[in-house]
Amino acid sequence: MRYLDEYRDRDLAHRMINQIKKIATRPWAIMEICGGQTHSFMRYGLDELLPSQIDLVHGPGCPVCVTPLELIDKALTIALQPKVIFTSFGDMLRVPGSQDDLFSIRAKGGKVRVVYSPLDAVKIAKENPDHQVVFFAIGFETTAPVNATSVIQAKALNLKNYSILVSQVCVPPAMHAILSSPANRVQAFLAAGHVCSVMGYWQYHPIAEKYHVPIVVTGFEPVDLLNGVRMAVEQLEKNQAMVQNAYPRVVSEQGNKPAQKIIDQVFMPVDRNWRGIGTIPLSGLGLRPEYSEFDAELRFNVSHIQTKESEVCIAGDILQGIKKPSNCPAFGTACTPEHPLGAPMVSSEGTCSAFYRFRRG
Amino acid sequence: MCLGVPGKITEIYSLNNLRMCKVDFGGVIREVCLEALPEAKIGEYTIVHAGFALNILSEEEAQETLKALNELAEYADTPSHFDNEIDE
Repeated sequence: MRYLDEYRDRDLAHRMINQIKKIATRPWAIMEICGGQTHSFMRYGLDELLPSQIDLVHGPGCPVCVTPLELIDKALTIALQPKVIFTSFGDMLRVPGSQDDLFSIRAKGGKVRVVYSPLDAVKIAKENPDHQVVFFAIGFETTAPVNATSVIQAKALNLKNYSILVSQVCVPPAMHAILSSPANRVQAFLAAGHVCSVMGYWQYHPIAEKYHVPIVVTGFEPVDLLNGVRMAVEQLEKNQAMVQNAYPRVVSEQGNKPAQKIIDQVFMPVDRNWRGIGTIPLSGLGLRPEYSEFDAELRFNVSHIQTKESEVCIAGDILQGIKKPSNCPAFGTACTPEHPLGAPMVSSEGTCSAFYRFRRG
Repeated sequence: MCLGVPGKITEIYSLNNLRMCKVDFGGVIREVCLEALPEAKIGEYTIVHAGFALNILSEEEAQETLKALNELAEYADTPSHFDNEIDE
């Protein structure tokens, strides 16, 4: 396929690896923020082909993983109510809440439906006027424009039976949190290409400067990932700390302005609780007051629900790159993709599921 | 959720006042919202997330990156100055 095959070229990838081997003279810890990139690294075995000095640290960029447990409990509470159709991306259905998951709610007769897009959920609301339709609006900056569009569309259609349960988070505040942690060992970042396609990368210059870290905007195919690593290593070896774009066919400095405008119309920055990490100030998005009628937390009065995390699961340390799944006593034994204890084992973008699926650790 | 492969826009239309399109992902056709890409044209490639087109791929940048990487990779295959010194 166009724009894919050429970036999966085995020969070019091998030559890129040789290039990295040539320039890397010291150990370096490089974090790929995005869980999609973690999976690509492992699917293609790139982590094992890279020289041993390059330590890939897997970041918090898995929206399912960082959605706090109490929000999952709120989702379960709403989904159990009569005359409610609860819609979600498929990944969220198996994430365990403190008692149940959405799959088991469905087994108990709850109307839980998987949708490909929140716009499908709006369609379901239009077709089911006697039901309240709720969409679990999770994600980073990549899902924010479509989640916002679903609200704008519901308002335009005058739908009184559509709302969203929002867990919308943003990448730059998480990078700040990781870099300012005393336990931090990240020396360079591969920034998530598709988040940057929406937001641009102008926000990253102050981060690169403040913490003296190279940041390379990186794509998702093997050649893209290796090129991102190469550019990061090159900067590290030269003691540079710039923002570079290794994915210019998709990302521009300013990003997609109309998409940013859509986000800004519906959402505003709010403090968000990240599962395993804690509350990061202004690290997420919430509905603006003029769209509060679409806020499922208010509509179903679930704002008071609070939940404690499992004590066994070390998801927080995994998400910050402090520990690897192989450091967890439950990994692959008490915790597997079939019976996950924590979200990183559930999601197709989670670090633990990547380690399990591709037999690392 | 942030993965996404490029697909080709084959049709553009309006549905319930939303700018929509059909995108061909190697033979699989999906309906996609085009609200954030007012200038997108039929035949262009886009990256789609959750039924929403985020950007148009730049053919020029795609070619440029590949050209630069191939040149770089060729350079990596030739012995460096440092290697020569060792060999000698």
